Amino acid sequence: MSTQPFSESGAASTALPDATSQVSRRGFLRGAVSAAFCLGFYMPLRRARAAAQAETFAPNAFIRVDPRGEVTLIMSQVEMGQGIYTSISMILAEELDADWSRVRVEAAPPDEKLYANPVLTIQCTGNSDSIRAFWKPLRLAGAAARACFVQAAARTWRIAPTECRTENGTVIHPPTGRKIAYGDLVGRAAAIDPPKDPPLKSPEAFRLIGRPLKRLDTPAKSNGSAKYGIDTMPPGVKFATLAASPVLGGKVVRVDDQKAKAVPGVRQVVVLDDLVAVVGDHMWAAQCGLEALDITWDDGPNAEVSSDLIWSRLREASLREGAVAKQVGDAAAALSGGDVIGAVYEMPLLAHCCMEPLNCTVHITPTSAEAWIGTQVLERVHAAVAKAAGLPESQVTVHNHLLGGGFGRRLEPDMAYSAARIAKQVDGPVKVVWTREEDVRHDVYRPAYRDLLWARLEGGRIVGWKHRISGSAVMARFLPPVFKKGVDPDGVDSAQDIPYDIPNYRVEFNREEPPGIVTGFWRGVGPNNNVFAIESFMDELARKAGQDPIAFRRAHLDKTPRLQAALELVREKSGWGSPLPARCGRGVSAQIAFASFIATVVECEVSEAGEVKLRRQTTAVDTGIAVNPDTVMAQLQGGHIFGLTAALYGEITLEKGRVQQSNFDNYRMLRIDQTPPIDVHVIKSGEPPGGIGETGTTAVVPALRNAIYAATGVPLRRMPIDRKLLSGRANL
Amino acid sequence: MITLTINGENREVGVAPDMPLLWVLRDVLGLTGTKFGCGIAQCGACTVHLAGKPVRSCQLSVNAIGARAITTVETIGSTPNGLKVQKAWLDLEVIQCGYCQSGQIMSATALLDAIPHPDDADIDAAMAGNICRCGTYVRIRQAIKRAAAQE
Repeated sequence: MSTQPFSESGAASTALPDATSQVSRRGFLRGAVSAAFCLGFYMPLRRARAAAQAETFAPNAFIRVDPRGEVTLIMSQVEMGQGIYTSISMILAEELDADWSRVRVEAAPPDEKLYANPVLTIQCTGNSDSIRAFWKPLRLAGAAARACFVQAAARTWRIAPTECRTENGTVIHPPTGRKIAYGDLVGRAAAIDPPKDPPLKSPEAFRLIGRPLKRLDTPAKSNGSAKYGIDTMPPGVKFATLAASPVLGGKVVRVDDQKAKAVPGVRQVVVLDDLVAVVGDHMWAAQCGLEALDITWDDGPNAEVSSDLIWSRLREASLREGAVAKQVGDAAAALSGGDVIGAVYEMPLLAHCCMEPLNCTVHITPTSAEAWIGTQVLERVHAAVAKAAGLPESQVTVHNHLLGGGFGRRLEPDMAYSAARIAKQVDGPVKVVWTREEDVRHDVYRPAYRDLLWARLEGGRIVGWKHRISGSAVMARFLPPVFKKGVDPDGVDSAQDIPYDIPNYRVEFNREEPPGIVTGFWRGVGPNNNVFAIESFMDELARKAGQDPIAFRRAHLDKTPRLQAALELVREKSGWGSPLPARCGRGVSAQIAFASFIATVVECEVSEAGEVKLRRQTTAVDTGIAVNPDTVMAQLQGGHIFGLTAALYGEITLEKGRVQQSNFDNYRMLRIDQTPPIDVHVIKSGEPPGGIGETGTTAVVPALRNAIYAATGVPLRRMPIDRKLLSGRANL
Repeated sequence: MITLTINGENREVGVAPDMPLLWVLRDVLGLTGTKFGCGIAQCGACTVHLAGKPVRSCQLSVNAIGARAITTVETIGSTPNGLKVQKAWLDLEVIQCGYCQSGQIMSATALLDAIPHPDDADIDAAMAGNICRCGTYVRIRQAIKRAAAQE
């Protein structure tokens, strides 16, 4: 079962992540400070020890231990709410046998050689790939550091390292009861070459992994002291906000800034070819100044783009034969008999709406640039700022902060590039903050998709299946080498590797980019679309076969016991099959996405007016080893709400080239009063960890759609939910 | 100059009278715990207490404040209910990205100040103005009940 959308070579991978080899190829280097330790071999012992006392032990790019025993773990992955700082630290500290109470974390600097995600190949946090990609390399990093401490202690005691054990940041020699703290071994450990292939703990020996440890990042987030990019305050900072061309590709023709410059606190108006920014003493001055501007735009070639145009092109394109992503058996023959069942599903453009609006603070001088931001792509931001500043990357510093949500929006460096272009015109540091309206209207949107599915049943089983996916190829823009032969590996993720046992199937991809808009990753990425289409279709097929939706799925999962077990657990925990009031229904979805096996049941009620009320939600997940099971639950709860929001309300539309939505009054979010109880059941597993951050989003949309189907008999084929289609229908 | 009482201190600020409190707090006084989310009182990220009541600081002009005391997330932990809420938030690991949580904590504290033992409907009414994009609502509800149960 392929679970990784792409690998370093660009080929679809069929193995679970084991990124060790990539990491060593990419230069799994010892920390920069480690050069000093090599001297230890060549200095007289006393001098070496004296020098070492002042040193820090940094056997690799992820770990530093100082002589007081403080452990600093360097976070290759960014914290955007998914709890990764804690989970990564747990993995490192587990194999290091560190004292958990003395662990602190530090954001990694931009350095693709040291911190590239081994699976994604760039310094990037996304695709629910942090734990999957770093599981093995971080364990090795921790274990190698531990081995150095053991070796150092053994040399000190003149015994064999095998006689020692470690615990809570201490090496212990059980036969004699002697102990040395890691901090006291720092200098001697630094003189030891870390082993490349240290032994790893067996899972039974884990004392941190698998426990619901408290997160390291949340105390500061409860009292206002946590610093996000938008909270940066370098001395002398000015504040700016901007208006970008309301139509993609449009240009500024002229700007009358007389009134704006009269606004108290306005310092400067920056006019670039595609945007205008006002710089002031604070955001309020900048905003008032921007409103007082009279800007004339040339809307450019996209002036007539509308949602109708985007959808008519996509619908037309979806009729083409697509590039073949996967072929098993003979789908054409299996579908050539009569009784072929077909359905078409559509997913809309969506905005991200991170709670922290886009922002980036930049200070550019003739010889240097400094930027402060929270981003999922640190090195790409580094390059973008350097390009805008016209400086080599070596003269550019980027500070990464906590992210007030990422969801894929911060996988793009566009905001840093715009902010740096503005900052180039400004004397001193400037914090550029997008208003919510600019953030929504200049998003990199979740693509619109159109899926055509065909299937044929024989004796209640699927014998032939064809799935044609049409939409953007996000990977072709984001990481071009992995887009091959017309197939976007993200676009077909969780479709080409459909979990169901079907003897003949074919999956096609049709690239069709929407005009006048840029599309990108959005929580759940490709599987968002594919799981929705497949799981909606499975419900329709179950009904044709006259079978219970869970039983129908299970019958096609004999080769996938982990998903079968998740379905069985969710059936039991959700009250599946028990009677419900009128116009209420339960819907299920099953998925393998991001290497996690998840089954979800949504229970809802649909009013006569077509309003959907969420009653209850139950999820069973097998994500392999759950590094922090509480985080797994939190991610599923939150991911579900992200998906429910989209299913109930989400759609970006265009008219005259302009995005019509702008803020939370016309682009709605689910709120607490609409949120049902959500129960998540984590299945114990010894398999390698799967991804989790995006899985809740992909799972819930078809489950809700199927619950509505059960409640009303209306087979919705398009998201978001159209209340008009649901009003006044009786139970079927 | 306008004098504001913020977190128990008098602060003088030389700003336009119609400037929203949010930007005075963040950009003039450097109190960045209060967050900008929407600018139109739709998301609640900028919630502070004005004379003990929750208000959206993005819509509150400084000249409308007068002598009333302002409390922000930076000092809410020094009030009994603020401390209980913060503790419950951490005990149940409510927080994910955390950007909206200053506002959530301010709204939840004001709820407990007004209704010591809120039921689900009270929680819905008090908290529906605060959007959380990470979707922490299930735990927010649990944490409010936990905080309310603490003496």
